[in-house]
Amino acid sequence: MSDSVDVSKGLPPNPEKATLEGKNKFLGFWVFLGGETIMFATFFGTFLGLREGTAGGPSAEELFSLPLVFLMTMLLLTSSLTSVLAMFSMKKNNFRNMIILTVITVLLGFGFLACEIYEFYEYVHHGGLGFTTSAFGSSFYSLVGLHGAHVTFGLFWFITLMIRYSRTGITLTNAPKFYVASLYWHFIDVVWVFIFTVVYLMSIGGA
Amino acid sequence: MATETAANNNKSVLWDWLTTVDHKKLAVLYLIAGALFFIKAGAMAIFMRIQLMSAENTFLSGQTFNEFITMHGTIMLFLAVTPLIFAFMNFAVPLQIGARDVAFPFVNALGFWIFFFGGLLVSLSWFFGGAPDAGWTAYVPLSSGEYADLGLDFYVLGLQISGLGTLISAINFIVTIINMRAPGMTMMRMPLFCWTGLVTSILIVFAFTPLAAGLALLMLDRIFGGQFFMPDAGGNPVLWQHIFWIFGHPEVYILVLPAFGIISEVVPAFSRKRLFGYTAMVFATLIIAFLSFMVWVHHMFTVGIGPITNSVFAIATMAIGVPTGIKIFNWLFTMWGGKITFNTAMLCASSFVPTFVLGGVTGVMLAMVPVDYLYHDTYFVVAHFHYIVVGGIALGLLAGTYYWYPKMFGHKLNEKLGQLMFWLFYIGFHLTFFIQHILGLIGMPRRVFTYLEGQGMETMNLVSSIGAFMMGAGVVVLLINIVYSAFTSERITVRDPWDARTLEWSTTTPVPEYNFAQTPQVRSLDPWFYEKVHGEGLMKPAEPMDDIHMPNGSILPLTIGLGLFVWGFGMIMLEMANPIITPWIVIGTGVIITFGSMLLHSIHEDHGYHIPLDKIKKIEKEVG
Repeated sequence: MSDSVDVSKGLPPNPEKATLEGKNKFLGFWVFLGGETIMFATFFGTFLGLREGTAGGPSAEELFSLPLVFLMTMLLLTSSLTSVLAMFSMKKNNFRNMIILTVITVLLGFGFLACEIYEFYEYVHHGGLGFTTSAFGSSFYSLVGLHGAHVTFGLFWFITLMIRYSRTGITLTNAPKFYVASLYWHFIDVVWVFIFTVVYLMSIGGA
Repeated sequence: MATETAANNNKSVLWDWLTTVDHKKLAVLYLIAGALFFIKAGAMAIFMRIQLMSAENTFLSGQTFNEFITMHGTIMLFLAVTPLIFAFMNFAVPLQIGARDVAFPFVNALGFWIFFFGGLLVSLSWFFGGAPDAGWTAYVPLSSGEYADLGLDFYVLGLQISGLGTLISAINFIVTIINMRAPGMTMMRMPLFCWTGLVTSILIVFAFTPLAAGLALLMLDRIFGGQFFMPDAGGNPVLWQHIFWIFGHPEVYILVLPAFGIISEVVPAFSRKRLFGYTAMVFATLIIAFLSFMVWVHHMFTVGIGPITNSVFAIATMAIGVPTGIKIFNWLFTMWGGKITFNTAMLCASSFVPTFVLGGVTGVMLAMVPVDYLYHDTYFVVAHFHYIVVGGIALGLLAGTYYWYPKMFGHKLNEKLGQLMFWLFYIGFHLTFFIQHILGLIGMPRRVFTYLEGQGMETMNLVSSIGAFMMGAGVVVLLINIVYSAFTSERITVRDPWDARTLEWSTTTPVPEYNFAQTPQVRSLDPWFYEKVHGEGLMKPAEPMDDIHMPNGSILPLTIGLGLFVWGFGMIMLEMANPIITPWIVIGTGVIITFGSMLLHSIHEDHGYHIPLDKIKKIEKEVG
């Protein structure tokens, strides 16, 4: 079934959905992201329920610094943009551009991750907020850390794909894989937008 | 595109089963695993009933009793009924929609092995200082590090792993049902079992993920010193109850909807009528699924959340009675005026209807907040939910077993032993659980290992225990039947031993590994029945005979499951007083096995193989 697409005149316009296998991956991954949304929602709910529970430890207002979070937001949003552009290149069958843009995405992702590690380090060593300090600390680190773990997984995913397919060009087999990885990356980005709003802005803005 | 690698025909049987990605073989694996867990949890129930047979009995200690109630509930819901449902979904859904396999055969196998190793991890707790003992709901603070021992770490991590398996299997079924239907098989021509399978899978995606989050929080609290549920550090124990029941209530519907689906297949087949109100059945299923997420607080009425919240959730709960009632009436009207054959499958399916109504009525009673304060944590609740899970789900699964058995294994189950099983099980069931309503009303609390003399509870508990023994005898008869029928039943060579209606009966028996030599063209609801009556008695093909593309088997699903098992066990070792190896080495090994296997699968492009046309013709000649 997956070999029923005629590729003699080049790739079809949407290589990621040209085969049944690709269509299945596309739909299956969207469903998976639906489940991920609910899982993150549970962590968000936990954070909102427990963010006042500082138990005498440092609170959100004392701790968070918006400039760093702004930088992180910019890094991740830009990486989402380059990821979209990579997918446009894929649809135009421009493999070289796709790889270059994905490399930029990965670099920006690592930049984000470095900022997050620095942020956590600062909070633990200078802010006095450990994972075990209070319910606020536990819920903050688990929500933001879960997001960070997703970023890390996404980075390794991109790298694996780029190494594996460095010589094959875009094919009907790997197009869905790149596309799905890109979807995952956008999802992570959207989750970060909510973290930025709910965890940082709302805590500092006093909502 | 696809590079042809010839199928390796001389694999050993064991290797074949360990690496299979065939949905029909995975169905058998699910069936065996689910049945083993079912027997284990059933035996615990028998032991608990022996303990409760007389007042102040000392057959079990309080601690063992607590471990039994916890493991009985946990195993039955997560490790027995869920895989049994997946067994039938795996077997029937691809056949019923006219597909050659599920959308992701590899993921299908992965789901099974992850579930299996997760279940194994939970079961291992017995050998490391005792099973979890905080009830299947594992409320904090009872389940916190302060009050619960190592057993609860096995609960948290084992369920986390097996839940992951269930989740990915559900995603697989959603994609299969949406993308893999045969030509002409529109959504509104799908058999109801496929519909309930689809809706159940959607519920799993949205309910098992909060559970994963909740279990992660509990794990972080227990092993890594988190403060989520610790009031002293700003945490909140009620949070666990919310997260658990946001999962826990849909879970009930996850299990019962496929049972509804099975009933909706069996009842029309043996009433010789099409299902009454098919469209209404589909929409009732969807409404039940939607409402199932709106009612979780009815498990928490006595927590003290407030009268307004309680009222809202009470009304939402009662509203579920409406779509469920629609279903009940549709089954009755399907039977009404039909030529009913009362074989074992039909006995189970038709007796499901009144039993489930009883469970539903007590459900509405429990939804009324003021009186719920009286019922709460008594045997009334135990009776209610056993009417749903035994009278509903177990009877549905038994009906499905007798109904699909000839297609799965090539011979029918013995009818006389089947009827004996049914009557033992059915009478035993009502004997066990009906009287528990009354026990609850006179005030017997649930989850307590004994009771005092002279409170009027002795006789009723004795009756209840006798009923439980009868149910146990029924299950033993079923096991005897399986062995007996394997040796004595005649082989089925016809396609359709029940003269049924849906596509799975249009395939040859035994079903070849590619299911359909030619994908069938579906022209109506109940397509097989339509072709028997209006067509030429066989499905019209939608494609010419050609080579068939098949996926290769793989051992990687098993190794990924094993990796998660080792990883999870390493995490538990962090809590052990004196682990023999450093836990982090074990964790690292597990992580490497898991992600290494995933990486191997990801970088190795496996395009499967083709069964050549002449071989298909040969197989078709043999079975046809």
